Amino acid sequence: MRRRPEIVLLVVALTALHFTILAAAFIAPYDPAAQDRDLPYAPPTRMHFRDSSGWHRAFVYRWIPDRDGYRLDTSTRYPIHFFARGESRSVLGIFRSNLHLFDVDEPARLLLLGTDSFGRDEFSRLLYGGQISLATGLLATLITLAAATLMGTIAGYFGTWIDESLMAVGELFLCLPWFYFLVGARAFLPLHLSAAGTFLLLIIVIGIIGWARPARLVRGMVLSARNRNYVLAARGFGASNVYLLRRHILPETFAILVTQAALLIPQYVAAEATLSFFGLGVSEPVPSWGNMLSPLQQYNVLVSFSWLLAPAVALVITSVMYWLLADALHHWVQSHSIN
Amino acid sequence: MTYVFHRLLRAALLLLGVSLLCFLFTEMAPGSFFDEMRLNPQISPETITSLRARYGLDRPLVVRYFRWTASAMHGDLGYSIAYNAPVTPLLWARAKNTLLLTLTATLLTWLLGVPLGLMTGSARGKFADKLATPTSSFLLSVPELVLAVGLLALAVRWRFAPVGGMMSLGFEDLSPWEKIRDMAVHMLLPVLILVLGGVAVVERHVRVSVLEVLDMPYIQAARGLGIGRARVLFRHVLPVAANPAISLFGFSIAALLGGSLVVEVVAAWPGLGPLILEATLSRDLYLVIGAVLFSAVFMIAGNLIADVILLASDPRIRPGEPDAS
Repeated sequence: MRRRPEIVLLVVALTALHFTILAAAFIAPYDPAAQDRDLPYAPPTRMHFRDSSGWHRAFVYRWIPDRDGYRLDTSTRYPIHFFARGESRSVLGIFRSNLHLFDVDEPARLLLLGTDSFGRDEFSRLLYGGQISLATGLLATLITLAAATLMGTIAGYFGTWIDESLMAVGELFLCLPWFYFLVGARAFLPLHLSAAGTFLLLIIVIGIIGWARPARLVRGMVLSARNRNYVLAARGFGASNVYLLRRHILPETFAILVTQAALLIPQYVAAEATLSFFGLGVSEPVPSWGNMLSPLQQYNVLVSFSWLLAPAVALVITSVMYWLLADALHHWVQSHSIN
Repeated sequence: MTYVFHRLLRAALLLLGVSLLCFLFTEMAPGSFFDEMRLNPQISPETITSLRARYGLDRPLVVRYFRWTASAMHGDLGYSIAYNAPVTPLLWARAKNTLLLTLTATLLTWLLGVPLGLMTGSARGKFADKLATPTSSFLLSVPELVLAVGLLALAVRWRFAPVGGMMSLGFEDLSPWEKIRDMAVHMLLPVLILVLGGVAVVERHVRVSVLEVLDMPYIQAARGLGIGRARVLFRHVLPVAANPAISLFGFSIAALLGGSLVVEVVAAWPGLGPLILEATLSRDLYLVIGAVLFSAVFMIAGNLIADVILLASDPRIRPGEPDAS
């Protein structure tokens, strides 16, 4: 790790990203489902520090609906309150808090990324939507890797017909076009479910479909670890299968699993986003990065309201960071296995 | 020859497995196309029962599977309930559009990707490599959906390409030459998305294998003998470095039908993508299974083709037992 500062850097950056998303209830100025029918497609509010009367602490102006869009009402300044007390919100369903990072007084609104067609604050939705999208990615990856470790270890360790039949099933999953299969699998599951139900379903479907490739890698690792001299020696001393697996063989697969996780998470986040974009995933009013992009299928929305592309930017940032991490981890593991 | 035969047999078994898997999914499915009908008070339960009998849905799963497989052998993949038409012609009409799109995109991807990979691989650490590596990293990591939506936004805003569909409104009245031009212009956006997504993968693969081969002693020897750069690269490096690229090429063929779903839907290209999406949303079972099977056939065939090309191009895997690769 000492010679790879970029890994540390990326892990820190990703942790920061995840904590920001996790703290949505604190950072988001508004409830993600709160509508304001007077302010559909309001552009982002800019933070100001000075006006004609000189410098002030950070403040915003209010959008007034106009014949053709919105105009700024520059007559009144609305200062931004930091660490303000506001409406009480549930934090991840564990406890309630009314502490917000920033807030402005009514009737002005702090719209950092504008609003969508229902006047909902895009920034708040981005944070809350990130919770759904990232949680899908993380949990589905967990399922994939658990299944892959189980199958790969069984196949690699016990060999013979077990190995062959498991790998045959794996090849079956590999030769199905991944995304078609995902959509196809989704086709057979109920379309209209509660948000929580859809969320769980998505995680399971996405997670299970991808098991084959990492399972192959795990199998290869187990296969080579099984015949190492120290494993053979331990077996000679009478070590049980469980002991051998836990003590000597599974730790060998750890590096592969971490690298695979860094590769799979962004892929699965994107899979959730794509399914939700098509209306097959998490549905309104619960936000996710995918269904927030969904209105952009209409060209006029796509052209006129560019701030609605914010979830796409979030997806890119997340994916690029995870990808760089996977790349760095891969090189790190490789350089270690050679030395 | 036995090797090819083994591969063929394996492919056939895989196909059978895929169809079985698809069918198992139907068994697990809690909903059906008739669910909505059942809610309708004007349709009696008897009508639904008779409809189910007409489509053979009242039979046990095993019977349905064998009947479906038997007819699939004859190219009949069942009956679409939503379109009220046989599945195969429906799929075929759309698959042609998809293939037109993906064949063009794949060709361009490889025409761009291989030279780029060779260039960046042989110029390690130089400017071209330093520029290309972050660019390809970025393209590799950006989700396809975002790439598609982003380029669509640019296309709509800057009007550099028409958006949506495959042809203009007055298409029928155009001369043949104008027809080709019209389609090409409509293909611009989806092809661009696919090429941008794919070219980085090809470039990466070629670059890595070129780098690997360049370090080998026989290349050093060739250099030492004073053989020119270009000759070393094309005569000595490329044939050896082509191996992983050929496997990747198999994947490219494999993805011809299955890889462009997102792009087709976003760019409104009338291929298989939008069809399977509609079928999913309307729970048109046989259409979905047919489409998945259709693209699985390509997937399996693509891998098969890659195996055969590898066999022909690389003497190292030829002798020995059938599963030497």
